Amino acid sequence: MSLIIAAILVFAAAGLAALPLRRSPKNASLVGACGAVIGAVLGIGGACGILFSGAAEQIRLNWAVPGGSFYCEADAISAFFLLPVLGLVALAAVYGVGYLHGRERSLAGHWFFYNVLAASMALVIIARNGVLFISAWEVMSVASFFLVTIDDEHERVRRAGWTYLVATHLGTAFLFVMFVMLGNASGSMDFDKFSAPAGTAGILFVLALIGFGTKAGLVPLHVWLPEAHPAAPSHVSAVMSGVMIKTGIYGIVRMLVVLGAPAPWWGGVLVAMGIASGILGVMFALAQHDLKRLLAYHSVENIGIITMGLGLGVLGRATNSPAIAALGFAGALLHTINHAVFKGLLFLGAGSVQHAAHTLDIERLGGLMKRMPLTGLTFLIAAAAICGLPPLNGFASEFLVYMSSLSAVSGSHAGAAVGAIAALALIGGLAAACFTKAFGIVFLGEPRTESGAGAHDPSLSMRVPMVTLAALCVVIGATAPLIVSAMAPVLEPLCGTRAGVDAALIQTTISMAWVVIGGFILVAVAIALALYRRRLLRSREVGETGTWDCGYARPTARMQYSASSFAQPITDFFQSVLRTRKHINRPKGLFPAGASLKTHTDDTFTEGIWRPIFCGFGRMFARLHWLQAGSVHLYILYIAITLIVLLIWKLA
Amino acid sequence: MPTILATLIRFMLTLALAPLLLGVINRTKAVMAGRKGQPILQPYYDLAKLLGKGAVYSRTTTWVFRLGPVGTLAAVFVASLIAPWGGLGAPVSFAGDFILMAYMLGLARFLTVIAALDTGSAFEGMGASREVYFSALAEPTLLISLIALARLGGSISLSTIYAGLTPNVWAAAGPALLLIVAALLVVVLAENARIPVDDPTTHLELTMIHEVMVLDHGGPDFAMIGYGAALKLWTLLALLAGLILPHTGRTLIDAGAFLGVMFALAIVIGLIESTMARLRLVRVPQMLLGAGALAVLAILLALR
Repeated sequence: MSLIIAAILVFAAAGLAALPLRRSPKNASLVGACGAVIGAVLGIGGACGILFSGAAEQIRLNWAVPGGSFYCEADAISAFFLLPVLGLVALAAVYGVGYLHGRERSLAGHWFFYNVLAASMALVIIARNGVLFISAWEVMSVASFFLVTIDDEHERVRRAGWTYLVATHLGTAFLFVMFVMLGNASGSMDFDKFSAPAGTAGILFVLALIGFGTKAGLVPLHVWLPEAHPAAPSHVSAVMSGVMIKTGIYGIVRMLVVLGAPAPWWGGVLVAMGIASGILGVMFALAQHDLKRLLAYHSVENIGIITMGLGLGVLGRATNSPAIAALGFAGALLHTINHAVFKGLLFLGAGSVQHAAHTLDIERLGGLMKRMPLTGLTFLIAAAAICGLPPLNGFASEFLVYMSSLSAVSGSHAGAAVGAIAALALIGGLAAACFTKAFGIVFLGEPRTESGAGAHDPSLSMRVPMVTLAALCVVIGATAPLIVSAMAPVLEPLCGTRAGVDAALIQTTISMAWVVIGGFILVAVAIALALYRRRLLRSREVGETGTWDCGYARPTARMQYSASSFAQPITDFFQSVLRTRKHINRPKGLFPAGASLKTHTDDTFTEGIWRPIFCGFGRMFARLHWLQAGSVHLYILYIAITLIVLLIWKLA
Repeated sequence: MPTILATLIRFMLTLALAPLLLGVINRTKAVMAGRKGQPILQPYYDLAKLLGKGAVYSRTTTWVFRLGPVGTLAAVFVASLIAPWGGLGAPVSFAGDFILMAYMLGLARFLTVIAALDTGSAFEGMGASREVYFSALAEPTLLISLIALARLGGSISLSTIYAGLTPNVWAAAGPALLLIVAALLVVVLAENARIPVDDPTTHLELTMIHEVMVLDHGGPDFAMIGYGAALKLWTLLALLAGLILPHTGRTLIDAGAFLGVMFALAIVIGLIESTMARLRLVRVPQMLLGAGALAVLAILLALR
């Protein structure tokens, strides 16, 4: 515990130390990144200690705020969430040094907010008092807002930041109501005193789902995500998409513990929202041409998979089937870590592409594999992992969710289980389509424009985090049975039983061990085949030529399949949801001079739901516009009137 | 020990006989068309010839292109380790093994697709795009069919499920099993690039899916792709064959029956290919969704 508190203090100190270094971006980077790494190492040490010893540690200090107390606790769940958060914070900070290298502008603010974000995320995860939690939550939101808007000279970035700020505060409003309700009922804001008053547990769950779901990015509350994540610098996108949105998942998990025994419909709602997020997220991702926007939509998809796992876990708990509960929660929690690893890596890879080719427009890239072999390799590993392909880590967690659903098929909530399996299969297929597109069009083939021609792998400080994360994809995949068998203390408070959890985990670890063996056979056979091929070809002629292309002798890079054409059959199939707009300039006449096709896919939920609602509010408040005349005197008068009215009301 | 040996022998037979399925399909088509047709062992001759050739690689390609055939065959190999011989067990079986099987086939597809994109060819991009589209729609059907089976067979491991599919189960849940047979047949045809989804014989690249993705491969690489395709056909066909098998409980007879049904199914595929035209590409998703609907219906019947 003391190590975790020390980590938070180191973050805060490093942030403050970076603040005065306005003149020297280099020193600011150094101080900021060192602080982030040292803090993260301390915190990971603390979290590992708690996971190994299995004993929760607490600290409780007085705090002169109504209802507030500095009450923190690091139990197994908190420690489990701290690992990916701090790990990615450290790696992204190292990457950030190289990524921001050479910027003329002051980086003092950037590193200040980066460390504040790290500290606040850690504090959110260990806070056990409503006021402290909301404060940390709010600091986290504001710090990430300033990180998103570092390039605020672009209008797109300002809009993205604004969307994010509005969305996150709307979510926080629901959390406020939730904590006030809980606090009123139990007379204290400390989590250990919380008890849901009879009949309101359902309402509290819905409030938590909306409030935390907004941060996590559940459909239809996801609309800020595809705006904000692409606008931020890539290492910040990695932290936001990889771990910051997971604080939303953590919030839901924590509330499930606080609220106690759930009702079955909670699980149904979670599974349904998970399915919707998963399928819609990957569908919208397919239609994107901007690499980081595509990745942001994939976060919606993966949050969907995590939520499906949580939902199955809740169903299992509500129907007293520890096997379903343990496997569902284990899948969700493991996927939380896995997604942090491969999504962090994908965003870092996208950052390297942007750094080298100065664009993220997939249609303008191509052939980067030859120029950036290391970025290409790590991106490929992450792409295969996010598609849930064995033997990498993504498969391990999806396998757990599958196993939970398979156990639930024979139970009383078979519909949810079958829906989850069908959705996982469809998501798997569409994700494969999306990442063959993202990887294939960007890294393979020939460069489509000049922009990628001079690209090369990034500097050492950017390569090390990428390689580390890629190695983690492989290692977590190969050690998944061990990790899962060690997760029992984390699952116990969620499932409400230890014996059932242990039984379920032992069963599944056997299956997962077989999966690992299958992975080793795969690699062994592939190596054997490659050696066999090499032996066959050793004494024979091996030629090099142009791509055959059915005999066409003068291929150009523009003849290659583009990202839009690759995804077109699928996006057309789902046109009713995606509403892709096409701008076609058809070839005309006998000797057509030019033709073009542009497609654009806005978020159907932004356009169809949120924009009308916000425009409606906008019009309503425009009627009050006469109050805001722009004169300071008038405003002071308003304040005075308000005070007098309040005074009279109080005295009367 | 004898069981392990028997399992091993069966797996060796799987590896040896998989290309013969293609030979039987081709011979069936030839007979239906009134031709004499190629020798039934032609797929083996083709593989031997390709293994004896050199290779030509495009200058555009990278190591991804060379990884494609090797990785694809390795992934299909692992999937085929899980495929049971009807009621006789597979070399590898564990709870949830069919998920690994489906995802290994997914990995094989992923590697084939990126190898195709590595050539920078418009044709291969087109094939890759269609492949990922159709397989994304076929994947849920496969898994829903298998969980319906799991429910009927009372297990979540393929070998145990198929061992439990006795005539009694057919008597009790005949309609559901029939629906699963139909859905799995469509999946087999779609996943193995057969008519009516894809045409393995056409020379018009524009109409092809799988064949067009591997245009640039040659020599030993192409042999691995061809063998991988045969092994994948065997693996998925085995799921279908196991459904319509009698169970005698005597290993030799059961194994013989399994092989008989496998090759009978190959003849059925040949007949389908002889009597049908390839569907227009826009119709394929409708067929795949139709199969998905059958699978959902099957699971509703199974859950009843």
